[in-house]
Amino acid sequence: MDYFAQQLINGLVLGSIYGLIAIGYTMVYGIVGMINFAHGDIFMIGGFIALISFLLLVSFGLTAIPLILLVVLVVAMLVTALYGWTVERIAYRPLRHSFRLAPMLSAIGMSFVLTNYSQVAQGARVKPVPPIITGGYTLHEGAEGFAVQLSNMQIMVVVVTIALLTMFTWLVSRTRLGRDMRACEQDQTMAALLGVDVDRTISMTFVIGAALAAVAGMMYLLYYGQVDFFMGFVAGIKAFTAAVLGGIGSLPGAVLGGLAIGLIETFWSAYFSVEYKDVAAFSILIIVLIFMPTGLLGRPEVEKV
Amino acid sequence: MTAISTETSHISRTSGIPFILKKAFLSACVALVLFSLMIGIRTEAGPDGQLTFWTRFGDLASIVGAVFGGSILIELLRQWIGPSGAEKLVPPAVQKGISLAGSFLGPALLVFTLLVPVIFYNQRYILDLAILVLTYVMLGWGLNVVVGLAGLLDLGYVAFYAVGAYSYALLATNFGWSFWVCLPLAGMLAACWGVMLGFPVLRLRGDYLAIVTLAFGEIIRLVIINWQDLTGGPNGVSGIPRPTLFGIPLDNSDDGLAAKLGIEYSPTHRIVFLFYLILALALLTNWVTIRLRRLPIGRAWEALREDEVACRALGINTTTTKLTAFATGAMFGGFAGAFFATRQGFISPESFTFQESALVLAIVVLGGMGSQLGVALAALTMIGGFELFRGLETYRMLVFGMAMVLIMIWRPRGIIGHRAPTVYLTKSQAISSDLVKEGHG
Repeated sequence: MDYFAQQLINGLVLGSIYGLIAIGYTMVYGIVGMINFAHGDIFMIGGFIALISFLLLVSFGLTAIPLILLVVLVVAMLVTALYGWTVERIAYRPLRHSFRLAPMLSAIGMSFVLTNYSQVAQGARVKPVPPIITGGYTLHEGAEGFAVQLSNMQIMVVVVTIALLTMFTWLVSRTRLGRDMRACEQDQTMAALLGVDVDRTISMTFVIGAALAAVAGMMYLLYYGQVDFFMGFVAGIKAFTAAVLGGIGSLPGAVLGGLAIGLIETFWSAYFSVEYKDVAAFSILIIVLIFMPTGLLGRPEVEKV
Repeated sequence: MTAISTETSHISRTSGIPFILKKAFLSACVALVLFSLMIGIRTEAGPDGQLTFWTRFGDLASIVGAVFGGSILIELLRQWIGPSGAEKLVPPAVQKGISLAGSFLGPALLVFTLLVPVIFYNQRYILDLAILVLTYVMLGWGLNVVVGLAGLLDLGYVAFYAVGAYSYALLATNFGWSFWVCLPLAGMLAACWGVMLGFPVLRLRGDYLAIVTLAFGEIIRLVIINWQDLTGGPNGVSGIPRPTLFGIPLDNSDDGLAAKLGIEYSPTHRIVFLFYLILALALLTNWVTIRLRRLPIGRAWEALREDEVACRALGINTTTTKLTAFATGAMFGGFAGAFFATRQGFISPESFTFQESALVLAIVVLGGMGSQLGVALAALTMIGGFELFRGLETYRMLVFGMAMVLIMIWRPRGIIGHRAPTVYLTKSQAISSDLVKEGHG
């Protein structure tokens, strides 16, 4: 039971990170209708930016950990958002009205560019950081000496995820930008006719998605204590799996899917085999899609003839 | 990153030097923010695990400068060409000449390919490269059945390539079966896997299909890595037998081909044999595809690509249509895999990553989705171009990715962007694929 509780905590933390990345996929898919393959790499870039800005701040002599983390978070979000904006501008906007495979291939190309760009710029070796947030609580002392631990790091990941989610749900449901986004999602031509700047709205979608991916990248960096240039691919695929699992286009679905993937992966590693955890996640995806082709919270696709 | 201003805007026509400079300045500012941390600072783990960093402001400055200059250059070029794009650059007479030459291109290319081993007999490097290109031509043609004809987006094609390669490798190393027995078996096994993938995804469309095929490809690769008893895991399978000419080995032994023919042995014989083997396999793929397009099933594939609902309304069984498309495509992938295994003599899961799937898909899309000649040309361009940049090491994938993005922006419909209809009334007329609507397959 203790073991189960511990795995539940670990799974929720991992799921939060996946959920943050998945939101970027699901928002972009909802509006533009394309798989943003480069999003996983945006997450990786976010991790790198966080690492570098952290190093810089420490070398400037800053010692207050909360202040450092806040500055790193803001810097990572801003710079990564600019990456998201640039990628959209270069690789997707010229292909806006092209046939549906063109932006996807362009996105795959962009993903290769970003992966290898950071390999060239920062080297191929794994970049470790020492644990920054330490300490935690022991929730329950088990009989066999097994204790259920909840670290401050885990609390922070979950709290930041929930805070950002609340913020972005508010953004999408209550603000002008959110209304524009929902309008573009339904009908871009009509939205344009009614005075919505479609290009700007789509750009903002990429910017928001990239900013959330940067947060995920920073959480990954803090939680696992390392980044490398190749981490975007697998994380990206899993986050996309999460987005599809939750029903692509749905914000709560993305988080739900992220949590589901995180939990499946953690429990599978804990009770069965670590080697096959990715196989389990992907198999669940296939099984869910067979029985619920639009995911958990997705709307059924209506096709007009 | 210099292509920031590649979108077609109408404002640029009415602008002068201040506008261009302003735009270039903005691009440079964006570049400065983008690259300041990633290029300006270089981090590396020290010997004791401690991270160190040093600055590279020189590199940063030169990159930002390049973005500034490139932005001006692109803007000037665009104003010179005009808003309607590059079509104006080519006069109609030249275009007519090109299209006339285009109709001879296919046969000319085939004749040239047949002659490659004769012309480049002593250049091992070119022969190896030609074999590699032909392997990708074959993979492209195989995937073309699924993506180009049936319109089913498959991001896990490399799984069938892997199944074919491992089928041959394991059958040959464990049971000692010959290549010619294993080749059809590898194709059949891959086709079975194609059907196995096809069944669950029958109801899925578009991007859902894409992600499931991607997941399938990853599952196959992960299973290969982890099932160490059977596949050797990350170490792969080595000592895969070389192919024989129907039982006659192509080596230096007494019963080898050279000895039987009474000519002096040369290792090039095997390379030339492999070349013609993959050429024959690729041409088989091409021939089967062309023939299938004239059969009801091929017509059903193309109808499925254009409109699935109309297909069902006309009484086409979409289940069998999709499954045969997956199975046929997978079978050719399996053949190519078996060939790959016998050529390399060693296979490991590293050869079957998502990158390969993306590469083959890029070949099909760049080739123009459904055009056989286009796929061949795209494979030649991509693999040949990839080889040109071999000296650049890590920059190679960077250049490759950029090329993919730029080609998509330049010609989203691929190199050969028109479709030759399979059925016509009095004369065949190529249709620009801008007019062809893709279904949501």
